[in-house]
Amino acid sequence: MLDDKNADGGVELTPEQKKMRRTRNIAIAVALAAFVAIIYAVTVAKLGVNVLKRPI
Amino acid sequence: MISDHMSGQPDASPSGDDARVYSGSVRDYLELFKPRVMSLVIFTALVGMVVAKGHLHPVIAAVSLGLIAVGAGASGALNMWWDQDIDARMSRTAKRPIPTGQVTGSEALSLGLSLSVASVVFLGLIANWFAAGFLAFTIFFYAVVYSMWLKRWTAQNIVIGGAAGAFPPMVAEAVVTGSVSWDSFILFLIIFMWTPPHFWALALSKSGDYEKAGVPMMPNVAGPDSTRTQILVYTLLLAPLGVVPFFMGLGGWTYAVVSVISGLLMIALAVQVYRRREGAAATKAEQALFGFSILYLFLLFATLLAEHAFGLGSGFDVGPRLVSGII
Repeated sequence: MLDDKNADGGVELTPEQKKMRRTRNIAIAVALAAFVAIIYAVTVAKLGVNVLKRPI
Repeated sequence: MISDHMSGQPDASPSGDDARVYSGSVRDYLELFKPRVMSLVIFTALVGMVVAKGHLHPVIAAVSLGLIAVGAGASGALNMWWDQDIDARMSRTAKRPIPTGQVTGSEALSLGLSLSVASVVFLGLIANWFAAGFLAFTIFFYAVVYSMWLKRWTAQNIVIGGAAGAFPPMVAEAVVTGSVSWDSFILFLIIFMWTPPHFWALALSKSGDYEKAGVPMMPNVAGPDSTRTQILVYTLLLAPLGVVPFFMGLGGWTYAVVSVISGLLMIALAVQVYRRREGAAATKAEQALFGFSILYLFLLFATLLAEHAFGLGSGFDVGPRLVSGII
């Protein structure tokens, strides 16, 4: 599973590993976006119309 | 590495954790969460929520259900981290992401711990802290009491450990009402009593696997004959227990019919397992019971869901009136 080192001594990923990494990154981005949307929806659901009832 | 230190086993990933390239696919990481167990948890928790006597905003209910599922998935990841050594030795589990080297034990541990904490904290903030505490206890029970302690120590592992899989309807009721009642406790009991015949029917045909891995499963500790007797006893207890929600007013006429018929079928299949002890007939009977046990639990909970959520139920008062008439 360990890959060949490149000229800088870093690990050179195979095209398949790069594809896997891209898919993982997209999945993490989707999960984060979903998390933000969920927190927003929960906030709206919990506060409801009370958010408008602020003392002036 | 923590996994090496804790389990005393060499890391299952071919390259080790220290200088490895993360090569697992998204699917490998999702496999850590035991999606099939998660789906059962979501389904039973949903029923627990629907039958609970209370009202909850649909968004809060849906997110809470998701958090219970995340907690279940996280405990699944912790289980896979802890059991990586025995998973590699059993045919049923050898293709899991850690034994195949797609995900390291450390990754599973990190994901399991962080998602466990996150699911509990967010459930506390979004629903209530009693439900969050109950979820934390459920995760602890599965990951620590069952995986780390019972599984390798006693043949009663899945009997006691089965409680972890049975808690979700109670956690769900706690989300809605802030407490638990007999309603969700009976759902807990049904899943609890269902687990031994369900799991041992599978273990009978996989006893060689468990023997090889050194896991004291009932068939390779007490023997197949004793296991068959115990399967029958648990099924004889389970079938009447499955009808109890009708007498509590939790289920209506439809539930009464479904639970009685499916309970009788469970008993018939358990009798077949008890009688057919050798060869292909025995294996066929074990597989039939294992397969139907999944359908049995699904039918009971799906009927409750249909009766409560979609207004298909009637005769909820018949069972309690029958009981009060007898008493």
